[in-house]
Amino acid sequence: MVASAEVRVARCGGSRINFIEPIITLDSRFLLCASGDAVHVYSTSTEERVHVLQGHVDLVTGLRLNSSNHLQVYSCSLDGTVKLWDFTDGILIKTYIVGHKIFSLYVSKFHEGTVFIILPMESSANTEAFQLVALHLPKTTGPEVEARDILSVLRDVSPIPKATSFGRGGEFVASASGLQLSVYFFRKQKTYRFSLKANDKKGARNRFTCVASHPNDDCIATGHEDGKIRLWRNFSQKKEYTYSTEHWHHSAVNALHFTPEGTELLSGGVESVLVLWRYGAGSKKDFVPRLGSAIEHISVSPDGSLYCTSHKDNKIVVMKSSRDISAIIQGLVKGETIRTDLLIDPRTKALVCNGKPGHLQFFSLRHDKQLYNLDIVQQEYIHEAGLHQCEVTKAAIDAQGSWLATVEERQENPEELDIILKLWAYDESTQSFHLNTSISMAHEGQISAMCFSGDAEATMLVTTGRDGHFKAWLLADHPDAQGEGASWSCDYVGSYHRREPTRCCFSADGSLLAVGFGEVVTVWSPSTWELLVTFSQPPGDIRDLCFGRLSCSKYLLGTTTKNLLCCWNLLTCSLEWSSTVDVILLQPDPLSENMAAFSRASGSTDLFVFKPSEPRPLFSQKAVCSGTVRRAVFAPREEVLEGCDESTQWLSCSRLYFLTEHMELMTFSTKSEEDQIIASSKQLVIDDSVAVTPFYLLLGKHRKSQRETQDSVSSHTAARIQLPQGSPAIRELLHTPAHVLPSASFLCNMFVNSLLISKSGVR
Amino acid sequence: MGEFKVHRVRFFGYMPSGIRCMSFNERAERLALGRLDGTLEIFNFKDSFYQEKVIPGNDSRSVEAVCWVAERLFTAGLNGEITEYDLENLCPKYSLDAFGGPIWTVACNAQGTHLAVGCEDGSIKLFEILPEKIRFERNLDRQKGRVLSLSWHESGTRIAAGMLDMIRIFDVQSGELCTCLMLVDRGVSGMRNHECVVWCVAFLSDLTVISTDSSGKVQVWNAAMGILSSTHLVSKSDVLSLAVSKDESSFVVGTSEGTVVQFQFLANILGGDEKAWVRTKTFKPHTHDVRALAEIGTAVVSGGLDTQLVVRPLLDKVDIMSYDNVLHKIHFPHRSLVSCAQKAGMLLFQFPAQLEVWRLGESEGRKPGDTLFVKKNPEKLLQLKRKGEDHISCSAISPCGGWLAYSTVSSLRVYRLQCDEHVSISKVGGLCHCSSTRAPRTALLHFDSLSLLSAWCCSFANVFKSHPVCLCLLFPGAQCISHHILLLSSPFPFQPHCTVPIYGSCPTAMGIHPTSNNLLMVHADRQIFEYSIVEKQYTDWSRRVQREGLHKLWLERDTPVTHVTFNPRNAAQFMLHDTYMFCIIDQSLPLPDNKCQFYNQITLKSLSEQERLSHAHAFKMCTKYQHLLFLGLLDDESLVVVQRPLTDIASQLPAPVRLKKFAT
Repeated sequence: MVASAEVRVARCGGSRINFIEPIITLDSRFLLCASGDAVHVYSTSTEERVHVLQGHVDLVTGLRLNSSNHLQVYSCSLDGTVKLWDFTDGILIKTYIVGHKIFSLYVSKFHEGTVFIILPMESSANTEAFQLVALHLPKTTGPEVEARDILSVLRDVSPIPKATSFGRGGEFVASASGLQLSVYFFRKQKTYRFSLKANDKKGARNRFTCVASHPNDDCIATGHEDGKIRLWRNFSQKKEYTYSTEHWHHSAVNALHFTPEGTELLSGGVESVLVLWRYGAGSKKDFVPRLGSAIEHISVSPDGSLYCTSHKDNKIVVMKSSRDISAIIQGLVKGETIRTDLLIDPRTKALVCNGKPGHLQFFSLRHDKQLYNLDIVQQEYIHEAGLHQCEVTKAAIDAQGSWLATVEERQENPEELDIILKLWAYDESTQSFHLNTSISMAHEGQISAMCFSGDAEATMLVTTGRDGHFKAWLLADHPDAQGEGASWSCDYVGSYHRREPTRCCFSADGSLLAVGFGEVVTVWSPSTWELLVTFSQPPGDIRDLCFGRLSCSKYLLGTTTKNLLCCWNLLTCSLEWSSTVDVILLQPDPLSENMAAFSRASGSTDLFVFKPSEPRPLFSQKAVCSGTVRRAVFAPREEVLEGCDESTQWLSCSRLYFLTEHMELMTFSTKSEEDQIIASSKQLVIDDSVAVTPFYLLLGKHRKSQRETQDSVSSHTAARIQLPQGSPAIRELLHTPAHVLPSASFLCNMFVNSLLISKSGVR
Repeated sequence: MGEFKVHRVRFFGYMPSGIRCMSFNERAERLALGRLDGTLEIFNFKDSFYQEKVIPGNDSRSVEAVCWVAERLFTAGLNGEITEYDLENLCPKYSLDAFGGPIWTVACNAQGTHLAVGCEDGSIKLFEILPEKIRFERNLDRQKGRVLSLSWHESGTRIAAGMLDMIRIFDVQSGELCTCLMLVDRGVSGMRNHECVVWCVAFLSDLTVISTDSSGKVQVWNAAMGILSSTHLVSKSDVLSLAVSKDESSFVVGTSEGTVVQFQFLANILGGDEKAWVRTKTFKPHTHDVRALAEIGTAVVSGGLDTQLVVRPLLDKVDIMSYDNVLHKIHFPHRSLVSCAQKAGMLLFQFPAQLEVWRLGESEGRKPGDTLFVKKNPEKLLQLKRKGEDHISCSAISPCGGWLAYSTVSSLRVYRLQCDEHVSISKVGGLCHCSSTRAPRTALLHFDSLSLLSAWCCSFANVFKSHPVCLCLLFPGAQCISHHILLLSSPFPFQPHCTVPIYGSCPTAMGIHPTSNNLLMVHADRQIFEYSIVEKQYTDWSRRVQREGLHKLWLERDTPVTHVTFNPRNAAQFMLHDTYMFCIIDQSLPLPDNKCQFYNQITLKSLSEQERLSHAHAFKMCTKYQHLLFLGLLDDESLVVVQRPLTDIASQLPAPVRLKKFAT
């Protein structure tokens, strides 16, 4: 089956919100940040997401307020378009098609009708060279405009957005790349370049990391790899330029930003401390410490009342200039690696995986929002290079979502391994998990796999360890422990020919347990602990195991390290079929018979979706992403997707999410689904500028009903005098968004007409 | 080339004195430098930063401030006296007591008519400068507290004085205090009980006063209104020195942490009128207090308690990169403090207060490249303390080791030294002074077997027990830019033999070849001349050197050549040394041109015999021995290398101001 064009790999939820610098609107009420292919609009006071501006088909790389209309925002993306949005209503106004990958976007108040973008250099063969160009935006009407009128400003710039900055009144642009700072003066049309030495005797590393320009003075601040901040002045001289150096950060300065009045310079780095330098007062500075994670970007609201920092753990902190934190917007925390599987919490339908060090995060994919963090390790996290931390390596949730099992591991050296198996019970009253049992050294070696049985009555946990055993754990009441309730204890220890178990899997009804020992799959009955049958398909160890679901529950699927995908029939105890595919990940859909298999093929990963009973895959797509896929999970949909044809049927009741090598959470979306979203977003018109928060919706309903009763009371008085507000022309006038209204001269006639009381009525 | 046994001498405990103050004379391009022991040094910045003159100190005199008035040099010190110097004879001309207690500062107005001194008792005294002397004119209003710094306004009508906790502006005409009084904040709370010392003030022409103080602040005041314009906290401890550039567009301050911070008067908006003082660059040239600073336009000169003089170029002011525009550090005096008795194998070390005579040790084994076993340790034969308060200005020992002489500003003493079984020393009396009117100010002492010749600045020569011999004398000319080299012929009384043609740069080292009687001279710009005494003209080799020019790398060497030695085994070879290398020059080999490799010993080693010949050139450099104070050849053809590692000097300095270093 050919990959359908209707299904595409998309970023949907869980994207990086710290990818580019967030911006705060002029009235400081909204915060806009790019998140994958979309732009999110958050309220700065309630942290609530107000709108999602969807329309780009690749990563959004730049976001700037329109300087001539502060209710509009420009965004650019790797898909080669610049889009203009109305962020209060969430409407796409215009699309400018550039046709090249755009890496960054800048807007200058003094260059009307022009935006500045960073593009790859066309002429040069290497793709590493970039240029800053001025893009003239054509004034033609129509939603999609080709914008080809580009003028090169600076060559050989860095594609990183924060390495370029526009100076006082848009007179000059400063851009740093490597060890060179280039300043281009628009009026003189002249470029000055200043170079630093790569390193000096004292071991300074002078590579530029970021640039900021003072809003009123001719002063450029640059951040460097070794933590220095240089303030450049007099840079219109080739030789008599000068700079002063400040040094507080111990490693690279990640972000620099001047406040709008230029009285303070804000800097941040890996120290997770926001440093506020007084401008002109030498090394006097203030600190906002303990922000939790390394600062990636800093932005300041145009009125200077709000500071906003983006952090490495996908978090945006909004603080007032008094340094009180007013909002924290948390995205999906993604570290360098992910040790646990992606899980779906059955209660909240949230994605559960490693979050902050030693924590599990519960992330709502639907709302693209972190619900909460569960502290598993319950130890203070100390950041230090080379320190061995306690890490959560395995997690499992039972089918009802009432039990959570976690494994944490700490290994200082190969001999000393510290493993703790923790079981957490869901507490209805507090709506969170509480520690029920903590078992240290549950296995002698590392725990390689862990799963709950699907049986609703007697929940059982099976763990397999590197010590050659698998253990079954059961919840049991202990007579000697009074009042503490039930806790978990070991029920059975199993092994098979001293082989090392690698995988375990329960059948959907919990009546069978399959444990993979090297190249042998053993099937056990959990009620009697009897070894029912063994399957083996040498050579190659078992990499992944899973039972079929629903109508296919008679099948057991396994993949081996020697590129074999096997399907055994449990009724006949024989191999039903096998196929030579290098499957690295096998994921069953809990709501259907479908299975997703990711297979590795020459630098990229292919996806097959199949039913174990059918020989042909339902869906296959080559090269869903480059590199390998780390984890995948089927997340159930809130409502079943309508209008799916045969090829997209597998996406109708659940979505497949997967995590790529670069820790990007991707999913599959169908064309019809996207059309629906775009259609719904265009219809969305809010009658006033109040943010649609849950609070508002609650209050709004209440108000509406109140108003209705009032209306009924005053209806007879209103009927007598026909107030102008009631006329349809004025209602239309007031309810249409300003940017789609015709010109005022045209409206004036209509407006005056509506005010006139028709003569015929008097007569 | 040749192989030598090397005596590596590291027991000369030479310790330079810390730098207290400096003043730069722009017209003459000379820097006067006062050291803590009262020594005054004059560096010629036109002539490769050569230390042209040294006026030895005196125990009773301290130099707290130094000031040029046109070509005249004045100092003032804590003994309460103002001293003018005779720069020809290198001695104090006269001293005048200011009767105000210790003097902290001296400043001359831009017109060069008056000198103001600030005294311990809080008075500022004005002296009128007359052609031959200075005359007390009057006191300005006396205030409580000492006056630590003074600065004249360009017009000469006002003077700013930095005192304890405050800066006062005086009107010079009336001698009264101007209305404005600027109180200096004492800084952080822990320092509230300590007075804030205003170490330096500078009065700019736009009525701006810049002050530096002991609480680490640099403050810019508006003297017309008496208000503070800006404060820059530069250091946690004192800011000790300040120097303003001539165009008043920048100034530098030196702190006790060893840093030098530059401030510039920059426009907020490029090309705009509104300007502000902005802290720009920070250097750390020193480890200890920066006590003295000078802005010379293209460079910042700084000196401090760590005894080195640092000339740091301001690269934004430099047009072409050349030898003069690189960082210079001057650690050692540009003259030899060591003399060597070649026959006896003895060394004479000169300290300001004493002389030391050492006998070199002996070693056994002779294997090239090895460290030899020391059979007999070097021994200190004699320590001779000087008489009087004047510091020793020069000294010499005879080649046989039997005679010893030293001179101070006021006297010349000669001793007979016998060291057979036990050491005995006896003073030689009855020296005939040719001139009784002037005390002999010896510039150079030179022994040749039994004769001693001392040269006076004013061409007086005094010879004892004269024998037919030729001598060379060095005349540091005082008034003329060039320096004469005069040759005297024997027998006694000496007659001028001839004058070597004047060259534009100071000779730093010279020697007469023992066999050919050619005079070899090396100048401060590292040019080498050879002059035939017999023919009274430059030799062919010298002409060839001038025609072909010296190698670029040779001309760019940092320190001047301080000594010339001849190789007795090979008449064509002589040796030169500066602080960082010594080199053997072979006159028989071709000179290197700019294209060929200058430091070529390693390359030569790898070549075969025939190729080696074609690649060899006259300069053989050896950089194995660093921080050389002296290099000489003994009669047994072993080399004596006197080294003074900088780490040894640094270890004898007091502990620097403790600085918190990150991650310690």
